[in-house]
Amino acid sequence: MRVESRYRLVYKPLVFLACSAPFVLLVAGAFEVLGRDLGPDPVEYILHSTGKTALNLLLITLLVTPARQLGGWPHLVRLRRMLGVFSFFYAALHVLTYAVLDLGLDFATLGEDIVKRPYITVGFTALVILLALAATSTNGMMRRLGRRWQKLHRLVYVAAILGVWHFWWQVKADIREPLLYAAMLAVLLGYRVVRSRTARELARRFTEARTSAPPSESP
Amino acid sequence: MSKYRPRRILPSEITPPEVFFDRRRLLAAALAGGASALLPAAEPSQAQPGQLRYTRNTRYSTSEPPNDYEDITNYNNFYEFGTEKSDPARNAGSLRTHPWTVTVSGEAEVTGQFALEDILKPHPLEERIYRLRCVEAWSMIIPWVGFPLADLLKRFKPTSKAKYVEFRTLHDPKQMPGQRFRVLDWPYVEGLRIDEAMHPLTFIAVGVYGRVLPNQNGAPLRLVVPWKYGFKSIKSIVSIRFTEKQPLNSWHVAQPDEYGFYANVNPNVDHPRWSQATERLIGRGFFAKRQPTLMFNGYAEEVAHLYSGMDLRRYF
Repeated sequence: MRVESRYRLVYKPLVFLACSAPFVLLVAGAFEVLGRDLGPDPVEYILHSTGKTALNLLLITLLVTPARQLGGWPHLVRLRRMLGVFSFFYAALHVLTYAVLDLGLDFATLGEDIVKRPYITVGFTALVILLALAATSTNGMMRRLGRRWQKLHRLVYVAAILGVWHFWWQVKADIREPLLYAAMLAVLLGYRVVRSRTARELARRFTEARTSAPPSESP
Repeated sequence: MSKYRPRRILPSEITPPEVFFDRRRLLAAALAGGASALLPAAEPSQAQPGQLRYTRNTRYSTSEPPNDYEDITNYNNFYEFGTEKSDPARNAGSLRTHPWTVTVSGEAEVTGQFALEDILKPHPLEERIYRLRCVEAWSMIIPWVGFPLADLLKRFKPTSKAKYVEFRTLHDPKQMPGQRFRVLDWPYVEGLRIDEAMHPLTFIAVGVYGRVLPNQNGAPLRLVVPWKYGFKSIKSIVSIRFTEKQPLNSWHVAQPDEYGFYANVNPNVDHPRWSQATERLIGRGFFAKRQPTLMFNGYAEEVAHLYSGMDLRRYF
């Protein structure tokens, strides 16, 4: 099978299934089938699991580029859009759970929370960014936005930072887990900084070498 | 997804609330009508292990229906056994509650080390259905079995210097695996002003739903202060100390700007990070609306006078 077909027929469907699994398990829990349930506080359970899944998928999305470059799998980029859109999907479920199940669509309180509670402000900003990225993730939008598309989609780094921050900020005392997420994000972002610096450095040396090279002696 | 699944309590281990309440109804009917023939049918023929003998205190009980035994024993904040709600039910098996010693010290005439049996012996047990409001803005309704803290404290004859009472939880990372990480400054410490401690609502619980407390709920004895946020109700107590100075309670030490000494339930004073105006009552299903939180968790009539003239924003 050619690489394109392998992605289209095998890898993409597999990733789709894997990304859907947390949702399927939640639905099973909500209906208490397949031996699943959501425990004594289902609303909290859904909030935490959708939030965590959104963050997990966001970090996996950010892993695609390093994996392509370091692992020599350039085609991995074909999976990136699906991972990112799924991350948005879970983030949206997270916010909807909060607004609908937790607050009972009490928009006054929702508005107050977004403005007054910094950890919610931060999380909500991340969601808005992911919404913009998901909305501009189609081929048509990529074509239409051209060079600006990549600029816009660099906002994913901001969304990831805000997402981890949001997680950290709502923990009461046990910061071990958010710390782990922050460390993973630092590695993913750090890789990009180092890589772009190295690339610039190499480019500089290359041009220097070319301009300062002594004229070759012709035999 | 959450990594953990709570250990499922076997159906056989649970007294279904229907049975529980039906038994009471039958008992009440039996007492009222003198129909003693109903009694054997009303009590289970073989007493369940850990079944306690107690009377019901209706004066101090809420009429709201209590949460299920399963919810009460599987959704716990007891960081000594892990910081997820389902951790204590899974990990608290390592706690040994027999033998158990409570050290009484400080500003009192009677001090020393007391075996749990000696602590409990003189106190007739009663059931009180209290609301529990967690600082995390959820709540439960719990049928505790125990006795008033005041009755216990009076036995130690606190002196006039005893302005506060400080409680400590067991510190033993072997039995309490959560203590291997310094999430809080172990051991867990809580405290009450002496008038709060002596208030008739302040309770020592040794049971829930008529049975001995499961470890994850703070066995073998714990405090219950229903008008304060749950973290004041310290679990698995090994030390009671009468002090002249206000004790430094663990959550206050961890985050002084977020958790105070008093920690009275107060819908008008928000936690710095979240609102305390409403709460989610556990076990009422997906679409149950959040409820408004009541001043002093609904016990204002009994306890508001303790704080008259105090700025509750400052003394949060």
